[in-house]
Amino acid sequence: MSELLTPNLFLYLAVGAVMFTIGTVGVLTRRNAIVVFMCVELMLNAVNLTLVTFSRYMSPESGNAADGSMFVFFVMCVAAAEAVVGLAIIISLFRNKADIDINQFNIFKW
Amino acid sequence: MIETVLFWVCAILGIAGGIGLVINRNPVYAALSLILNFFSIAGLYLSLRAEFLAVIQVLVYAGAIMVLFLFVIMLLNLSDEPKREKTFDIARGAAFILGFAFIIEMLIIFRNATPKELPEDFSFGKTEMIGKLLMTDYVFPFEVISVVLIAALLGAVVVAKKYDYK
Repeated sequence: MSELLTPNLFLYLAVGAVMFTIGTVGVLTRRNAIVVFMCVELMLNAVNLTLVTFSRYMSPESGNAADGSMFVFFVMCVAAAEAVVGLAIIISLFRNKADIDINQFNIFKW
Repeated sequence: MIETVLFWVCAILGIAGGIGLVINRNPVYAALSLILNFFSIAGLYLSLRAEFLAVIQVLVYAGAIMVLFLFVIMLLNLSDEPKREKTFDIARGAAFILGFAFIIEMLIIFRNATPKELPEDFSFGKTEMIGKLLMTDYVFPFEVISVVLIAALLGAVVVAKKYDYK
């Protein structure tokens, strides 16, 4: 029984996949722009978890075992930059229509 | 043993946080669910023995980024998302079906992943190692990321600034 419960490569990857899918469904179904944006953050985090898992369970002994951690570190930096720019865009959208329902914004629709 | 408990607690709380993010109508509750999820991911990093990333996750994500999100949500004073007229429209149904198909596909693929047998004391993700890598192999991306951050900072100021067109 305890053998079955011990965390392994598959379980970590499964948790990452479930979180990623929840984020995807959130992006597709929610209409509040900020919540859609938070779902994207959730997807980024799920992928980070997958990267660390692969680095932990599959890195070669001779090579750099911290390569996965480095990737996650850079992904976090880009996510921070993305959050800042995205929230600025949301603020300027709110200033135009006093609403952030994404169905309201179709000014680029041809 | 402790790793097993940490993994299961964090995995269940993390997925619960994700679901809470998607189903809460109030954006503040959704943001708080996401914070729960971020803390759980930090716990999962700990159980994977990536201590540095666990600390960074709590500091940067749960601390800085989520405070920024909550700040904007409260600044805009949003109301709850209104209920849809139809409980089930075609876009929503397609999203759920595609999500379900995607997760089944992922699990089937991951089923075949075979881990390498590593020694118990295998050093992985230590802060010392990351610091060394950051200053040697990854020094160029490290410099580039600073440019990305300054560009984001300036871009945010330009986009969110109030202009007076007269």
